[in-house]
Amino acid sequence: MRRRLVVIGNGMAGARAVEEILARGGSELFDITMFGDEPYGNYNRIMLSHVLSGEESDADIFLNALPWYQQNNITLHAGARVDRIDKFSKHVFAADGRVEPYDDLIIATGSRSHLPPMEGAYAPSGAIRHGVFTFRTLDDTRKMIQFARNEHHSRAVVIGGGLLGLEAAHGLQANGMDVAVVHSGGHLMNSQLGPDGGAILRRSVEALGIEVHTGSRTTAILGTERITGVSLRDQRELDCDMVVVTAGIRPNVDVAVVSGLAVERGIVVDDHLRVMDEDHIFAVGECVQHRGEVYGLVAPLWEQAAVLADQVTGVDRSSVYLGSRTATKLKVAGVDVASMGLAGPERETDEHIVFSEPGRGVFKSIVIRDNKMVGATLLGDSRKVAYLTQAFDEGLPLPEERLSLMFDLGSPGEEESVAELADNAQVCNCNGVSKGALVAAVHSGCTSVSAAMDATRAGKGCGSCKLMVSQVVEWAAGGTVEEDPAASYYVPGIPLDKAALMAEIRARGLRSVSQVFAALAPGGLEDAKSKMALASLLKMMLADQYVDERDARFINDRVHANIQRDGTFSVVPQMKGGVTSVQQLRRIADVAEKHSIPMIKLTGGQRIDLLGVPKENLPQVWADLDMPSGYAYGKSFRTVKTCVGKDYCRFGTGDSTGLGIGLESRFQGIEAPAKLKLAVSGCPRNCAESLVKDVGVVAVEGGRWEIYVGGAAGAHIRKGDLLVTVDTPEEVTLLAGRFMQYYRENANWLERTYAFVPRVGIEHLRRVILDDSEGIADRLDAAMQASVDAYADPWSERHDPLTPGQFRTSLPLTVLPQVPVR
Amino acid sequence: MSTLSAPAVESNVQRVLGPIDQIPFGEGRAFGVDGEQVAVFRLRDGSLRAVSGVCPHKGGPIADGTIDNDMVICPLHQHAFELDSGCSTTGTKPLSSYEVFADEAGNIVLKRP
Repeated sequence: MRRRLVVIGNGMAGARAVEEILARGGSELFDITMFGDEPYGNYNRIMLSHVLSGEESDADIFLNALPWYQQNNITLHAGARVDRIDKFSKHVFAADGRVEPYDDLIIATGSRSHLPPMEGAYAPSGAIRHGVFTFRTLDDTRKMIQFARNEHHSRAVVIGGGLLGLEAAHGLQANGMDVAVVHSGGHLMNSQLGPDGGAILRRSVEALGIEVHTGSRTTAILGTERITGVSLRDQRELDCDMVVVTAGIRPNVDVAVVSGLAVERGIVVDDHLRVMDEDHIFAVGECVQHRGEVYGLVAPLWEQAAVLADQVTGVDRSSVYLGSRTATKLKVAGVDVASMGLAGPERETDEHIVFSEPGRGVFKSIVIRDNKMVGATLLGDSRKVAYLTQAFDEGLPLPEERLSLMFDLGSPGEEESVAELADNAQVCNCNGVSKGALVAAVHSGCTSVSAAMDATRAGKGCGSCKLMVSQVVEWAAGGTVEEDPAASYYVPGIPLDKAALMAEIRARGLRSVSQVFAALAPGGLEDAKSKMALASLLKMMLADQYVDERDARFINDRVHANIQRDGTFSVVPQMKGGVTSVQQLRRIADVAEKHSIPMIKLTGGQRIDLLGVPKENLPQVWADLDMPSGYAYGKSFRTVKTCVGKDYCRFGTGDSTGLGIGLESRFQGIEAPAKLKLAVSGCPRNCAESLVKDVGVVAVEGGRWEIYVGGAAGAHIRKGDLLVTVDTPEEVTLLAGRFMQYYRENANWLERTYAFVPRVGIEHLRRVILDDSEGIADRLDAAMQASVDAYADPWSERHDPLTPGQFRTSLPLTVLPQVPVR
Repeated sequence: MSTLSAPAVESNVQRVLGPIDQIPFGEGRAFGVDGEQVAVFRLRDGSLRAVSGVCPHKGGPIADGTIDNDMVICPLHQHAFELDSGCSTTGTKPLSSYEVFADEAGNIVLKRP
C-alpha cells in the first residue's frame, strides 16, 4: 500500500523536492498530490527577470510543464491554495473546498513580496492599486510587460535597490521605460555588497541610464485616477506612471500559523527538514527557518530538497542539512555581481584585499581570516568566481600572493566571463568544442560537468580548459548543476578518492589492476578509462611488488614509444641532461639512415626525436641504437634540461650539467600522476628555464642552489614557487626526490605540479618536506628509493616481447605514410 | 594505395584468423580481412569482440586502444566505442561491428556480414 504524500506549493522548492523523491524511487512509495497557488506547472522563478527584459520567452522558463505531472502519476491541483492543515486527522483543506488526506506532508509555500507601508498603495477595495506591481510570479511579469508597453506609460519607479529591484529596473528599461530606483539603504544591494562595492555598482547602473536614489524612502504613491508619481521622505517627488515594489520578501507562513505549527520568522524545521515537533510534516525552501536562518536564494533550496527526500523516502536516514554558505553569482542589470560570505572585515585581524577601478566598473574585495577566505565580492569582472567559490566553500589554503586570488597572473587571457562568450566561441581548443555545443549538451540532459565533458569531449585534451568548461556548464544549467560525486574519485571507475583508494589497496594487499577492479569497483566491473591511472598508481605504491598487466597500460606504455597522428611512433633515446657524445650522435645518425627515419627533430627537452617509426620496427630500432629509453611517452619523469654550466660558461656559478645528469640518472622513468619535466640552470640567467619546470633548480652565487616547484610553460604558464635554497647538490637530489614522492602520493590523476602546488600551498609543502611536520620525510625518501631501485630500462624488452604480437602493426592498411619525409 | 584489392564478398562468409593465443587477455590485435582492417579484442573474461580497425574520427588504430568489457577507447583522441555495437559514446561516427568467436581448435573465426 503506497503512502499518500501531499505537497503544498508547486514552486521551485516543492517541485524540486518531488523530483528528488522520484529519483529515490518515490513513485513506488507514494501517491503524490501537489497543490499550487499558480495555475501553471513549475517554472524557474529566477529567470523571470529575463522574461521581463525579453531575453527569454515565458515558455522557455518552465522546468516541468503539465505533462510531467501526468507522466509521473502526480495529481496536481494548480490554482488551488491550501488554507489549513488538520495535523491531527492528517488532512489539508483547500480554498476551493477540496479536502485531501495525507500520510506525509511537505510544505513549500515559498515567500511573497513585502509591501512596505506607504500611502496610496491600495485601492479602496483593499487590493493593490492598478499600476503598482510586485515582482514575484509569472503573472506579475506578464502584467508588468503589458503595462509598460502601453504607449501612455513612459516612466517607472522601482522601490527597492536590491538584486530583484535592479533586475526589474533593467527589464523595464528593455521595455522602453525610463526608470528610477529608490532604495532605503545607504547603497545598492546592501545585503550583498559593502559601501565601496555599492558605489561602483551605482556608477555602472547609472551609466545604463537608470536613475538611483539611495537613503531615500518612498512615503506615498501619488495621483488619484492614475498614478502620477511617488513622494520621498526627503520631500522630493518623482514623476512616474507605474511603481514596482521589490522591497524584500517574507516567508509564506499563514497556513502553518493557522494550523498550529511552529513558526518564528519562517516555519521552524530541524536538520531533517521536519517541522519542529511534527513527525509527518516537512517543509522546504524560502518558507523555512533552519537554525535561525531564512534563505532567499536557490542553492540552499537544492540542498534542502535532497536531504528532505533522503528522509521522507527513508533512503538515507543519516542525511542531514546543516545550513548553507550562500554564494551568489549573477548578472544584475548587465553587470556581473558575485558575492559570498562577509562583505567587509569584522575583526581587527581580518585581512581585507580591495581592488577598485571605477572607470571600468570593476570592484573586487576579499576578506581573509586565519588564512581562510570568509568573504568575497566581485563586480564587473567575475573571471575568478569559480575558484573563489571553491575556496570559500571548501576552505582551501590560499596563495601567499593574495593578488593571485583576484587576477590570473600570467595565464592565458581567454577566460572571459562565460555569459558574454559567443555561442561559437571555442572553449576546448584541443577537441574544438564550442560554448554552444556544451550548452546544447546541458540542455539535452547532461546536468553534471563530467556528463557534459563525456558527451562533447570538452576538457579531454590537454585539460587546461576544464575550469572554463565547468563554468560554462554551470552557467548553462542556471545554477542547477548537479554535484558530481565522481569529481573527487581518483579514477572514474572506483568511487574512492586517492587516499581512500591507496588505503584500500594496502589493506587488501591488492597487487594488480584486475585485482583492484574485482575488489573495489562497483560490481567488480573493469573500466577502460580507469586502467592507466590504476596501473601508474600501483607501480608507484608497490615498485617491484607490482604485478604488471599489460592491458592496463596505454599503448605508449605497452610499446615504450609515443603514438603519432598516423599511428607510427616516436623514439627518443635517453640523453641525460641534454649532454651527448660523438658515439651517440654517430649511432643515432646510422640508425636514422638505416631505418629511413622520416623526421629527426630536436625536442624541447634537449634530446633527439626519431619520428615516424612503425610499431613493428621499434625493437630493431632500439637494438640498433643500444641506448636506454628517454621516456618521452609516459606519465612519468621525462628529462632534465640543463644549461652549459660553469665548466664553459663564463657566467656559470654551479655545475648544472653534472647535477642534471645526476638527477636524470636517479629518477629516470619513475611513474607519476602526470609527466614531470625538470631543469637545472647554472646561474640566475636561467638558460634552462628552471622557473617554469615541475622541479627547477637554479645555482646562485655562493655555491647555493634554489629549488623551484610547480612551474609550467605549456598549456598554462606559471612561475614555480621557491621551495628552499640549499648548499649542496646532494640536498637538491634528496629534497627534489622527496617533493616528487609527495606529489606522486597526493596529486590527482593527470594533475600537473602547476595545479598541485597551488592547491596544497607552498607553505604546506615547505612544512612537510623541509620541517617534516607530518613525520613522513623518511618514509617518502624510502618509497622513492624503492622506485629508483625497481627501475629497468623498458627498451630491453626488444629481445623478448612481453606479450604475443606486442609490436605487431595495428595500422590502417592504406594510409602510410601521412607525415612527409624531411 | 593498398595492394589488396577487395574481392567480391558473398554474405555471411566466415574467415579464420588464426590461433586465439595471438591476442593477450585484455588487448586487441589488428587483422586484414578482405582488404579491410578489423580489430579483434580478447576480453579478460576470455570472450572475443570485433570491430572495424580504423577510427572514423582521424584514422586512429583501434586495435591499440584500451578496453574494458564494454568499450574501446581510441588511443589518438580518446573517442570511445561500444564493443558490441560499434556505436560511439563520445559523439563520433560508429565503427562496424562483427560477429566473432573461437572454434574448437582455438582459432578466431570472424563472420562477415
